[in-house]
Amino acid sequence: MKRSDFIKTGILSTVSLGLAASAESKAATPDLVGFNHLPIKETKTMNTVLHKAATRGHANHGWLDTNHTFSFAHYYDPTRTHFGKLRVLNDDFVDGGMGFGTHPHDNMEIISIPLEGDLEHKDSMGNVAVIRQNDVQIMSAGTGIYHSEYNKNKDSKVNFLQIWVFPKERNITPRYDQITFKPEDRVNKLQQIVSPSKTDDGVWINQDAWFHLGNLKKGFSTSYDVKLKGNGVYAFVIKGDVTINGQSLNKRDGLGVWDVEKLDIVADSDAEVLLMEVPMN
Amino acid sequence: MNPLHILIIGRHSQIMETVVRLIESQRGWTAKGALTDEEAVALFQKENFELVLIGGGVEETSEEKLKEVFLMKNPAVKIIRHYGGGSGLLFNEIHEAVAETPK
Repeated sequence: MKRSDFIKTGILSTVSLGLAASAESKAATPDLVGFNHLPIKETKTMNTVLHKAATRGHANHGWLDTNHTFSFAHYYDPTRTHFGKLRVLNDDFVDGGMGFGTHPHDNMEIISIPLEGDLEHKDSMGNVAVIRQNDVQIMSAGTGIYHSEYNKNKDSKVNFLQIWVFPKERNITPRYDQITFKPEDRVNKLQQIVSPSKTDDGVWINQDAWFHLGNLKKGFSTSYDVKLKGNGVYAFVIKGDVTINGQSLNKRDGLGVWDVEKLDIVADSDAEVLLMEVPMN
Repeated sequence: MNPLHILIIGRHSQIMETVVRLIESQRGWTAKGALTDEEAVALFQKENFELVLIGGGVEETSEEKLKEVFLMKNPAVKIIRHYGGGSGLLFNEIHEAVAETPK
């Protein structure tokens, strides 16, 4: 298929997906679906993959402006389909009152982290919730669920990360959880927000995965010890500049590291970073 | 060019309908869905599928048996697990499986 046909098909089928919907109106016309790649020239160490922010897939559907670190929907780059069990890292900006209408999921661990604004969630398990900054939500889609997500506010955008991790066990009973974290507990610390143990800190995930958030002040340095041998860590810079294992990173850059026991992290400015440790196989 | 004919097997009827609808919305792709193993085998015997998606709820024992039956009839058929339930991964999975990557 030619790229122009692919993009055209993408536009048509995105409309047919029926995901785009306002709380008042279903009219939503995407004006751009396609690619936005820049060559990756920087790399410092072995066993790393660097995804600069500007190389992410990008789609502006009008009501939704989204950046895909990995291939998603009609953005497809065979060299960027996953990092181990981490399959999706979307950085979504949704207009006021708009959102994703009811749509299905199965067999996926779906984590939502609002960075700005409030997101309203409803699902077929009967959960109705608003997730806000400092909240982390997880859904184990398992055998199948339906849900919707809307910007709760009419007059401001919501920006949130949506992260999908392949499940450790398929076909589990669908499950939902949400936790509010204290922002002060991640100042110059790595705060655990996702873990595979129900008795440990963070929302429980059906995978040998751990996520941490850190709000690091300029000049602060720390390290992250990989919890499970064989796992890799994907670091995503939410804000500011950091250096991880010698690699300089800026806002919205991503760095995947594997076959290491720890990550050395230095904040080159006031910065926020998300670390996602996942199995590589 | 013949359309890419895809068989989807899953246990959740609404998700099945969604996946079939999404695939059918793509030019050059056609799809049939099966909720049971018996239905899947009957469809596979009757029609020529190039790709099979194993969806949510299909037990591993069923998956293994179905693979055996399908590969016996058509050793060239591609069989993959579908994750996400007709979500943002569906088209990626199909492109990847048939290596129809956009140039």
